[in-house]
Amino acid sequence: MSIPSTQMVVYEWLRHDKKFPHVWCPGCGLGILLGALVRALAGSGLTKDQVVLVSGIGCAGRLPVYVDVGSIHTTHGRALTFATGIKLSKPELTVVVVMGDGDAMAIGGNHLIHAARRNLDLVAIVVNNQTFGMTGGQFSPTTPMGAKATTALYGHIEPEFDISAVCTTAGASFVARSTVYHVDRLERLLLQAIHKQGFSVVEVMSPCFTNFGRQNLMASHVVMMKQLKKQGIPVERWQKMNESQRKDSFPLGVLVDRDLPTYLESYREVCKKAAKLRSEGKI
Amino acid sequence: MIKPQARLLQGNEAIVYGALAAGCNFFAGYPITPSSEIMELMSRELPIRGDVFIQMEDEIASLGACIGASLAGRKAMTATSGPGFSLMQENFGYACMAEVPVVVVNVMRAGPSTGMPTNVAQGDVQQARWGTHGDHPSIVLCPSTVAECYELTVTAFNHAERFRTPVVLLSDEMVAHTREKVVLPNPEDVEVIDRRRPTVPPDWYVPYKADGSLIPQLADLGDGYRYHVTGLTHDERGFPTRRLDEVPQFYTRLFAKISRQFHYLENVKDYHLDDCELLIIAYGCSARSARAAVRLGRERGMKIGLLQLLSLWPFPRRPVSEALDGKIAALVPELNLGQVRREVLRVNDGRTTVIGLNKLDGTMITPEEILTRLRMMK
Repeated sequence: MSIPSTQMVVYEWLRHDKKFPHVWCPGCGLGILLGALVRALAGSGLTKDQVVLVSGIGCAGRLPVYVDVGSIHTTHGRALTFATGIKLSKPELTVVVVMGDGDAMAIGGNHLIHAARRNLDLVAIVVNNQTFGMTGGQFSPTTPMGAKATTALYGHIEPEFDISAVCTTAGASFVARSTVYHVDRLERLLLQAIHKQGFSVVEVMSPCFTNFGRQNLMASHVVMMKQLKKQGIPVERWQKMNESQRKDSFPLGVLVDRDLPTYLESYREVCKKAAKLRSEGKI
Repeated sequence: MIKPQARLLQGNEAIVYGALAAGCNFFAGYPITPSSEIMELMSRELPIRGDVFIQMEDEIASLGACIGASLAGRKAMTATSGPGFSLMQENFGYACMAEVPVVVVNVMRAGPSTGMPTNVAQGDVQQARWGTHGDHPSIVLCPSTVAECYELTVTAFNHAERFRTPVVLLSDEMVAHTREKVVLPNPEDVEVIDRRRPTVPPDWYVPYKADGSLIPQLADLGDGYRYHVTGLTHDERGFPTRRLDEVPQFYTRLFAKISRQFHYLENVKDYHLDDCELLIIAYGCSARSARAAVRLGRERGMKIGLLQLLSLWPFPRRPVSEALDGKIAALVPELNLGQVRREVLRVNDGRTTVIGLNKLDGTMITPEEILTRLRMMK
């Protein structure tokens, strides 16, 4: 795979008629993800007409509008349902879904586990900034216990979801995690997810200084990025660590990569069987 | 294959055959009585044709999948009943806002909430008009027979495609489960309208710029027209906007594309209106009782007539107004507490006496009940 120059990628893959600057705060990780995603798409060999970007509501939901592909900004939590309709209708399209942690795990949690179980060939990017950023820093399903939020002024009392673990259990073919600090790894994982048959999840740890960091006494977005650097451990090393060493950190890289029957393969078989039975006059 | 011969079908089955004749090639749904037969028959028929059937995890997902499919060029439908229809309202608003053709069948049952599963009711008339938040136009059709189920499903698809908007087919438990003899037309003889797709080169395509029809052309995803779709208020290019010189124009067009064609959307049937003194205005299952009441009443010498509403929204003001002219009284029988009567009262504007006959016990209004009420009016 050859990596094209940044300028060429920007020229080719970002919209010329969309008014910049983007909506994200200084120090947000979503711009880094946008860069990694368009570089991965540029390196994938796909043309712009073969890609559709779908998103839900929230800061992450604003990502597709900048990319010069078919882009659908849907309702809160429902991006995967729209993507399911698109992929089933035109299987030749590569459908990439961008969601935040609130979008994917709170309001859209049901859709995420069922999409993973169904194993339809979609790429789901879940940006985990551990908060509801756009609405002002309320706690989300991935906010750590004890953290402060605008709806947890006395400290958060609920355990957090592990997005990758949920998707693994639910039946996704491919599950990976990176942070926006580990941007090269992120780009490679996105590329792998795009090429993988079946439901692929990439969890992206990303800082929200404005609405999470400030409430939790982090000095700056730089501090948050350094924290991601420290917390993210390559999965190969993570597997050799004991429980106490793993405290306050999480594994990066490909967590699951398995070949399972995909929904479309199975559905094509259903169509063949149905047509045969009809031609034989049995139904 | 479906041949033009007499068949014994229930309303729900006729909806499926109507949808297939109209070109439906995508169905997503979630089980709920009394609509499930629609999904079951779709799950049998669509795979045979190589088209898409999927059972989703809930009704929210069902309509979401339909909208995605429609943007990818399919003719999509979902079917549900009261509780599921409530869940769909958010995505229904999205389809209004983003102007995505889709057909939603709501087979009404007694509510609110779980209500009486699954006794008949007509309590979702105003929800079908105003269910999603924010101001939006609505097109709602209402069958009373199995044959009308077939015809109005075709019409629902045609309206959705022509106007680029979601269309509700408001059936009810009685119509859905009644079996009647129907003669279905040859699918080739059914008039089918398809959405207008762009013919200009992709560089010239402005996705939400409309011509004189006020209805923009809709490109299929993946066909080389790369554009943005959002539920935010958007400019002609589809990008989010809050500009004071763009937002009002957008809303105005959203309404005007439908309001300027009220006449085209009006759909009513009349029975013995010429010499009638007592008028019945009815729709859905209550129109069945009303037709019987007209027949029985005429046998007994009463001058009764019926105006049956097949399109409920936009409310057919003109035919209703004409029918009300010169009548002694008008009766609106319905299985709710007066959701259509209030619209009739607005059109009537004090000209004649308009009263209701309302029932919420999960049973039909009988022809005799209608006649008794009409005798009191006279």
